[in-house]
Amino acid sequence: MSASPRETLDSPQKLQDACISTEGLSVSYAKSYALRDLHLEIPRGSITALVGPSGCGKSSFLKTLNRLTDLITGCRVTGSVRLDGEDIYQSGFDVLSLRRRVGMIFQKPNPFPLSIRRNLTLPLEEHGTQDSAALAAKTEAALRDVGLWDEVKDRLDSSAMILSGGQQQRLCIARALALGPEVVLLDEPCSALDPLSSAVVEDLIASLRESYTVIIVTHNLSQARRIADQTALFWLENGAGTLIETAPTEQFFSQPQHRLTKEYVSGARG
Amino acid sequence: MSPSRGDRWLAGALGLAAALAGGAIVLILAFLVIEAWPALRQVGLSRFLGDSGWLPAAGPDGNFNLVPMLAGTVAVTAGAMLLAVPAGVISAIFCRYYAPLGVSHIYRRLIEVLAGIPSVVYGFWGLVVLVPWITRFRPPGQSLLAGALILALMVLPTVALLAESALRSLPRSYFEGAAALGLGRFTTVRSLALPAAAPGIGAGCVLATARALGETMAVLMVCGNVVQVPTSFFDPIRTLTANIALEMAYATQFHRSALFVSGLALMGLVGLLISAVERLSPKPAYE
Repeated sequence: MSASPRETLDSPQKLQDACISTEGLSVSYAKSYALRDLHLEIPRGSITALVGPSGCGKSSFLKTLNRLTDLITGCRVTGSVRLDGEDIYQSGFDVLSLRRRVGMIFQKPNPFPLSIRRNLTLPLEEHGTQDSAALAAKTEAALRDVGLWDEVKDRLDSSAMILSGGQQQRLCIARALALGPEVVLLDEPCSALDPLSSAVVEDLIASLRESYTVIIVTHNLSQARRIADQTALFWLENGAGTLIETAPTEQFFSQPQHRLTKEYVSGARG
Repeated sequence: MSPSRGDRWLAGALGLAAALAGGAIVLILAFLVIEAWPALRQVGLSRFLGDSGWLPAAGPDGNFNLVPMLAGTVAVTAGAMLLAVPAGVISAIFCRYYAPLGVSHIYRRLIEVLAGIPSVVYGFWGLVVLVPWITRFRPPGQSLLAGALILALMVLPTVALLAESALRSLPRSYFEGAAALGLGRFTTVRSLALPAAAPGIGAGCVLATARALGETMAVLMVCGNVVQVPTSFFDPIRTLTANIALEMAYATQFHRSALFVSGLALMGLVGLLISAVERLSPKPAYE
């Protein structure tokens, strides 16, 4: 299953580009497949949008990339997911540090019911930052990165629950970015927000390109078109989520290859 | 839009039910005050706190010091809570986050059964097992310690079940968020789940404390009922509740009224507890 160092040296081009690559990845719950036999390469420092109708395995796919599938009882993952060439499902793999390297933002903002400051310092402390000056510096930097610093700097010790939905979502992004991840997974991060907050969060996501490898699930095709470098279409086939087509975003929308992509992009299906 | 006839009926019925529930506490309090009044008027509050002893059967010239009973009640309750709160919260955490599914299910059932055991059975067990065991270390055995241990066991299920239910009602999204940030289980429990569930756990502790303050039969059976301010865990004590239960059967007139003052003092303690909690608990953040 796992590539030997020899093979790695043989194909440097391919591995240099791919931050994440999956081979024959399947996810099943009890007896039904959520995702079947998925082969996908995610280039480093780019934004990849996953689109497709509801229930076709996009969220399940995201959850395989930081092994959040481990939390779901009865969920089985087969095939391989490689992060920087290393199989994250190999036994003994450090899941907690994997999740530091692969951050995740959820559809509904989920700040902890603690102070704004604590939302950032708790994960930082868990991953080894103990010094209070360093914690304060990282907190400020993360909040500045998401444009929240000026809005909250005077009330860092108030509960995060008093923030608006858009602010909460940016706090969640700040919390993930503070850990210095390589990859950021976003599961419909704008769909629970009002249009104005949504636009702010979208700009923020677009600004993550190059510093991070970003994978975003979205139902908003125009959003995918605006921010993504490559777009992938998922579809439900024979009761399981399948990858239909992956292409650079411009090509995905202007010259779709697959019949389903054509229909989905034109609005005829999905 | 005016409410329909059905709505008015429902509102009326609900109002009546609410008035009954609210009225009960007012009536009980009024009853206590009326019955306690003769003693309070003739003896005065100061003698209930400063007399040289407790000899109420002698009429208005007797001794009416309730301080030993107040001290006994507070001491045995505090001792019980000191044991029951950590044990209950830890057992809830174990049940919720560490035990395998089957074990946690059985464990919960056992705790529920523990909550259902009648207090006289606890008292009986305490009398024949716990008290002789304590006697081996320091006689007489019937003591503050025995009372605190028995009470702790009795209120443990209240603390554990309410803490477990507070933890269970935390949204799943907190834990997904914690997992996605790579927080370990211990950090998640200590720094996220416990603070988030603190109001619910606190409410459970208040209920348990109120129950411990009011518990009668079991403490009466194991505490020895000597009227004295305890100076060690091994001293026998008498609680306010035991004071009433022991003497009410033969108390007449003035003595009887003095026992109602005991009851009033107990109500006062519970009221004090609730208002202290009200004052100390942080105002919830609005969303």
